[in-house]
Amino acid sequence: MAKYDFAIAVGGAPGQGIETAGKSISQICARYGLNVFTYTAYQSLIRGGHSFLTIRISSEPIANHGDKIDLIIALDRNSVEKHLPHVAPGGALIYNTEHVREVPERDDIQLCPISYKELTNDPDRKATMLNTCMSSVALKLVGIELDVLEEIIVLALLKRKGQAVVDANIAAARASYDYAAEHFTPFDVQFEKQDTPLAFGSGNTLMAMGGAAAGVKFYAAYPMSPSTGILHWMAPNARDLGIIVRQCEDEISVVNMVIGAAHAGARAMCATSGGGFALMSEAIGSAGMMEIPIVVVNVQRGGPSTGLPTKTEQGDLWQVLGASQGDFPKIVVSPTSIMDGFNTIPEIFNLVDKFQCPGMVLTDLSLAEGHTTFVPDSINWRPEIDRGELISEPGQIDGEYLRYQITDSGISPRAIPGTPGHVHVVATDDHDEDGGLISDEFTNPHKRRDIMEKRQRKMEGIAERLPPPTLEGPEDAEVTLIGWGSTHGVISEAVQQLTEAGISTNHIHFKWLYPLDEDAVNEVLSKSAHAIIVECNYTGQFARFLRGETGFKADGHIRKYDGEPFMPHHVADGVRELLNSKTDLYVPYQEIVV
Amino acid sequence: MARRERRERRERPIQGAPTARDFKGDVNPDWCPGCGDFSVLNALQNAYAKLGRGNHDHLTVSGIGCSSNLPGYVRTYGMHTLHGRALAVATGAKFANHELNVVVTGGDGDGYGIGGNHFIHTMRKNIDLLYIVMNNETYGLTVGQASPTTIVGEQTKSTPFGNLETPLNPVAMAIVSGATYVARAFSSEGKQLAELMYNGMQHKGFAFIDVISPCVTWKKEKMEIFDYWKERVQFLENHDTSDRAAALAAAVKTGHETQLGLFYHDTSRQSLNDMEPVLENGPIAHQPLGISQEQGDAIIQRMM
Repeated sequence: MAKYDFAIAVGGAPGQGIETAGKSISQICARYGLNVFTYTAYQSLIRGGHSFLTIRISSEPIANHGDKIDLIIALDRNSVEKHLPHVAPGGALIYNTEHVREVPERDDIQLCPISYKELTNDPDRKATMLNTCMSSVALKLVGIELDVLEEIIVLALLKRKGQAVVDANIAAARASYDYAAEHFTPFDVQFEKQDTPLAFGSGNTLMAMGGAAAGVKFYAAYPMSPSTGILHWMAPNARDLGIIVRQCEDEISVVNMVIGAAHAGARAMCATSGGGFALMSEAIGSAGMMEIPIVVVNVQRGGPSTGLPTKTEQGDLWQVLGASQGDFPKIVVSPTSIMDGFNTIPEIFNLVDKFQCPGMVLTDLSLAEGHTTFVPDSINWRPEIDRGELISEPGQIDGEYLRYQITDSGISPRAIPGTPGHVHVVATDDHDEDGGLISDEFTNPHKRRDIMEKRQRKMEGIAERLPPPTLEGPEDAEVTLIGWGSTHGVISEAVQQLTEAGISTNHIHFKWLYPLDEDAVNEVLSKSAHAIIVECNYTGQFARFLRGETGFKADGHIRKYDGEPFMPHHVADGVRELLNSKTDLYVPYQEIVV
Repeated sequence: MARRERRERRERPIQGAPTARDFKGDVNPDWCPGCGDFSVLNALQNAYAKLGRGNHDHLTVSGIGCSSNLPGYVRTYGMHTLHGRALAVATGAKFANHELNVVVTGGDGDGYGIGGNHFIHTMRKNIDLLYIVMNNETYGLTVGQASPTTIVGEQTKSTPFGNLETPLNPVAMAIVSGATYVARAFSSEGKQLAELMYNGMQHKGFAFIDVISPCVTWKKEKMEIFDYWKERVQFLENHDTSDRAAALAAAVKTGHETQLGLFYHDTSRQSLNDMEPVLENGPIAHQPLGISQEQGDAIIQRMM
């Protein structure tokens, strides 16, 4: 089959079934074995307002929602008015003539009006099946067989709504499919069923699954967008998987419970967004001081303050790096794709267990709420689990036990409460090898220096273990794009677009952010050409961090802070602009406004 | 105590039935001479001993403040956590290993001030913990400011013109917030205190003891503070501890008719950890990590 790259968007008001339609179409594509990536632009409302969901379908693996929209399903008039200009030439718009009487002229696209009344037998006239009708029309236009939609309708509605609703929806789907066959012209792109069906999930779901695979036994959360998806996966799966899931009174309680559970021997994790993370800060320092391994996920949204609850940003880097007072060992990692989110959780758990310190996973809405298809076998449910120097029964060490024993590696064997013969106290006050408070005795400068150096020595071991970024693409490129975390997919695609346009470009992407091995990172950076740092914030948080850690100064910057994630052309356009102009900063214009 | 001696003692298992001495900690308390907290510590060591379990079977958790230094003074596993956060940390620890006897200690500023939110919600959740608050009506370690239990009119470093704020009533709060074992004690009544602690440890649910533990340094009366309290307290008598309304009526008596004893005891409500089916296979801290391939396959199946 020929190469294709096609996007269907669903627009409407929350409560109209946008998510249902989007999920159905995505699931159908996944069952067809097609690569899908979705992104939903929405507002912080439960009813009313406007949402716009993009489903990109491609013959190639994709990791962003792309540059264009070919087909729009407009569930309401607002969606027609807002998004008609966003349909690419040659595309189509599906709308309901009972909602939209007139559509502004566009002779380069196909208008697909349907009448809900005529296609359904819906005595309540609540238009609850409009999404079914329109999805069916869309599927007809791209050549997907109706029986897959029927399967999905049964799956989505039978348990929840019963046979009558299923029958009505299937009837509506069939009528719409036939109507489309008769009245509309199908696209040139006609999807064919592939041999291997794919699975479909969000970044939050994959991180939660990664937690289960890593052996998380205690998960706590306070609801906060856009991190709540992790709680919503953990809660229903908890009992089957033997995980304790607690919703707490605030994020302070969340992280302190996690610390208590981790100290008592369970792998424990929590997730939040920037505001909740701010509340957790003090306790993260206490995990550093007491040397308790915990994992905190920060799914960033637009800041500052309450900011943009339903929009994305990479604006918490400095918050996470600087969380809590004083110096203490910590690890910061930023997954580079939805699938990497799964793998990152077991990886960071092994590190925090080994080095007995807090680990922070820094991701954002675009990745966490983005959905992707994936090959089921690509999930490794049995990752390596290394709990480090953990003592859970007597006789594991010779001689006396000192919880904070001074060692060359800085790692002291950790006995969990309940273990005979290893009774000790851990404290947030600084302490000696034995756990005794050095502030109580008197503030002993020599003991303080020894214990501080012991803790910080762990950072050397951590830095050695974290893989430095690699240079992707040709070494002799004209331009080097540098990014971190969630933007890997979009930058990779911009690199492709630029290369095809004759601007040879390569890509350095950071996953492990802290600690950085200065020499190893400089070695990679020394290969860069005209370096442009791409990030989703105003002040260039990563650019400043990289400069501070390595002395590296980029030639240009592409930054976005309007709440919407980068599209590949935003980055490619930025590179052209920066190469041609004398400025060193490009801020892309967001075309699709919700 | 010399360090070597401390270590030798730690490695020596308790011989026969434990005594309070077996629960003496590695560090001598640095509280002011005469402080009420000494009696609380002593009562706690007696209660631990009476329970008959080993040192390693207990976890003593505290926040920050004079009284929160206590975990260093008992020989059990201990956590000296952040100011106000002891109950949250202890909840996590109890869920991870419910076989531990988890006792939380702290003061009124720690528990009722900065930790007030956790105080209410831990009671509401009825976590199986014993929470002992050494209530001295002042912030001692920061040299004597008003606390959430300081009485109206009292002059402190932060209220030089007299405290204008109404003190909160922790016992009444506990009864209405969902604690299932609620008591008030006085540090000078050590026998009653140790008994309340022992029963509180055995109670399956959230047990709370507000202990009047006078501060001999920042209260105007100096050592007379004990006489001040002796005039104000009386033992709760002819009281039905299963009657929540009666418990509340007794709890709101303050001043010269401050009641001591067990106000409320509800054995009908299960603790949150007892209701948790995941714990039926034993502590999660001891469960094998990860999930099986079959469990994983089932998860993927639901994503297709």
